[in-house]
Amino acid sequence: MSRDDNISRRDFFKFLAAGSGLLLVHCGLPSPPPGTRKKDYDWNKHYWAYAIDTTKCIGCCACMRACRAENDVPPGYFRTWVERYRIDAADQVSVDAATKDDFVFEELPGNVVKAFFVPKLCNHCEKPVCNQVCPVGAAYRTRDGVILVDSEHCIGCGYCVQACPYGVRFISPRSHTADKCTFCYHRITRGLPPACVQACPKHARIFGDLEDPTCELSILLKQQRYRVLKPEMGTHPKCFYLGLDREVV
Amino acid sequence: MNFVFPNEANVTWTVMIVLYPYITGLVAGAFIVSSLYHVFGRSELKPIARFSLASAFVFLLFATLPLLIHLGHPERAFNIMITPHFSSAMAGFGYIYATYMLLVVLEIWFVMRGDFIARAKGKGPVAWLFRLILLFNLEENDATRRADHKISRFLAGLGIPLACLLHGYVGFLFGSLKANPWWSTPLMFVIFIFSAIVSGIAVLIFHYYIVSWINGWKTDHACVRSMTRYLWGFMIVAVALELLEVLSIAYKQTEEWEVLSRLIENKLFFSYVVLQLLIFSLIPFVLLGISVLFRLSRRVANALAWIASAMLLFQVLLMRWNVVIGGQLLSKSMRGFTSYFPGLWDKEGLVMAAIIFTLPFGILWLFNRAIPLFPGAAGDSG
Repeated sequence: MSRDDNISRRDFFKFLAAGSGLLLVHCGLPSPPPGTRKKDYDWNKHYWAYAIDTTKCIGCCACMRACRAENDVPPGYFRTWVERYRIDAADQVSVDAATKDDFVFEELPGNVVKAFFVPKLCNHCEKPVCNQVCPVGAAYRTRDGVILVDSEHCIGCGYCVQACPYGVRFISPRSHTADKCTFCYHRITRGLPPACVQACPKHARIFGDLEDPTCELSILLKQQRYRVLKPEMGTHPKCFYLGLDREVV
Repeated sequence: MNFVFPNEANVTWTVMIVLYPYITGLVAGAFIVSSLYHVFGRSELKPIARFSLASAFVFLLFATLPLLIHLGHPERAFNIMITPHFSSAMAGFGYIYATYMLLVVLEIWFVMRGDFIARAKGKGPVAWLFRLILLFNLEENDATRRADHKISRFLAGLGIPLACLLHGYVGFLFGSLKANPWWSTPLMFVIFIFSAIVSGIAVLIFHYYIVSWINGWKTDHACVRSMTRYLWGFMIVAVALELLEVLSIAYKQTEEWEVLSRLIENKLFFSYVVLQLLIFSLIPFVLLGISVLFRLSRRVANALAWIASAMLLFQVLLMRWNVVIGGQLLSKSMRGFTSYFPGLWDKEGLVMAAIIFTLPFGILWLFNRAIPLFPGAAGDSG
C-alpha cells in the first residue's frame, strides 16, 4: 500500500477536529422536541407568554383537571395549581390549594373579608435560573420562549427543583427526571391553546404570542397594569398577573 | 396557617445529600492535616500524616456514592462530564472531583513508594500487583527518595487550595441558590471549608484513639495535643461564622428573617439550637478549651480530646443536616414548612446512610493491612 493511500497523522487529527467541531455544533444547536410540532411550525416566528387575570378566577380548578388529563401528571404532583387566599378582619392571611384528588377546595369557617384565587404554573422565565443550574444542559429554552426538560438527558439531580423560586418543578416518580409545565408544547406547536387555557370557563388564563402584536395577550399587556411573581429574583417571568394582591408570592 | 407549594410536600434532597458534603468535608479536613506535616513541617503530626492522607483517599472514594444513590438516573451520571453545562455550579463537580482524586492518588504513590517497593519484592499476585502499581520500576536510592519527597511535598501544597476548592465548591452549590433564603449567603462556602477542616481533624483524632486502643498502642501525646489545638481553633472560627451568618440576618430584620426565625424557633429548634449549637458546639468548645489551656494529666487530656472530637464529628453532621434538610423544610411560598425524616430501610434511608459511612473505614482497614499507616506506632509512646 502506497503512502498516498494512508491518511497521514496530520490529516487524521484534522479529520478528528473537524468531526468533533461538527458534533459540537450539532449538540449546540437547539432543535424542537421531536414529534411535537406541525410541519409548517416555525419556532423563530413565535414567542409564547401567559397572563392570568386573578380577578376572574373562581377557583373551579378545571385547569388542574385538564392539565392532569392532558399531561398524565403523576398523583401528588402538579404542573399547575390554584391557590386560595383568605384574609380575615384582623388581616390574618390564610392560603391553601385544592390538591386532593377531586380538586375541590375545602369549605373553611372564618370571618373572611377578602378572598381570591391565584392560579400558578411555570413562569417560563426569560432568565430561567433552572436552566442556569442544570449541570448537563437538560433544562433548556426553546426559541419560541418555552422552558422544557430533555427527559432523555436529565440525570435527576434535583438542582433545578431547588433553584426554581416558584416551586413549580418536581422529580417525577415515573421518569425520575425533572418535570414541570411545558405550556402544553405539543398543543401550542399545533395551533392549539394549552389545556388549562382551553378548560378555564372564566377566561382567567390567557395565552398568546408576543411576536404577534394583534393577539389578545399582546394587546392586554399594552392596556392593563400587571405584575410578575418574585421580580426580585431577576428571573424575568413571562407569566403576567393582572389584579395581583400584595400578599401573593 | 401553614401553606407549602404543592410540589414541596416531599423533600427532594434526602439524607444522601446530607452525607455528600459531610464525606467531602472529611476528605478536605483529613488532607489538610496531612499537608500540615508535608508542607508546613509540623513534625509533631508525623505519626498521623500517612493515616490522614489514606483517610482522605478512602473518604474520597466514597464521596460520590450518596450522590449516585440519590440521582434519578445514576447511569447518566457521566453526562455531567460529557455534556457539562458550565453556567451551572454543579457542572464543575466531575472535573474538580477527578482532579482532586488524581492528586491524592499521586501523593499517596510518592509518599508510600518505599512501602510499595518493599511489598513488590515478594512473590505472588499481591507482589505483582504492587509491581504494577509501581509501573515495574523498583529502583530505590537516596536520589529517588529525595525526588519522591520533593514531588509529594509539591502535591501536598497544591492539594490545599484544591481541598478548599472541592469543599468550598460544595458550599457554593448551596450558597448560590437565590431561591432559598436559608442557603443563599456568600458566607456559605467559607463556613463549609472551616467545618470541613473541623470534621477532618475530629475524625482523625477519634479514629486514631480507636485504632490505638484496639492495638494496645500508646497515642503520641505531642501529635494529639497539636491536633487538639488545631481542632479548637478551627471549631471556634467555624461556629463563629455560622452564628455570624444568622445574627446578621436577624439584626437586619428583613422580610426573610420573619420566616427564617420561625424556621429556627420551630422546625429546627431541636436539631439546630439544642443539638448543634448548645450541646455539640458548646460542650466540645469547653472541653477543648480546658484541654488546650490547662495542664492536665495525659489520661484526662486524652479523654477530653476523644469526647470532644466525637461530639464535633456529630456537630458537623448536624450542621450539614440543618443546612441541607433545614433549607428544604422552608417553603418557597414563605408561608409554611414541610417535614422530613428519613425512613430506616428506604433506598435513601438511615441504614443505607450508615452503610455508606461505614464503608470507608472498612477500606481504610484493608489499606492498613496492605501498607501499615502507623509504622512503628507501638514504639511511639511519647
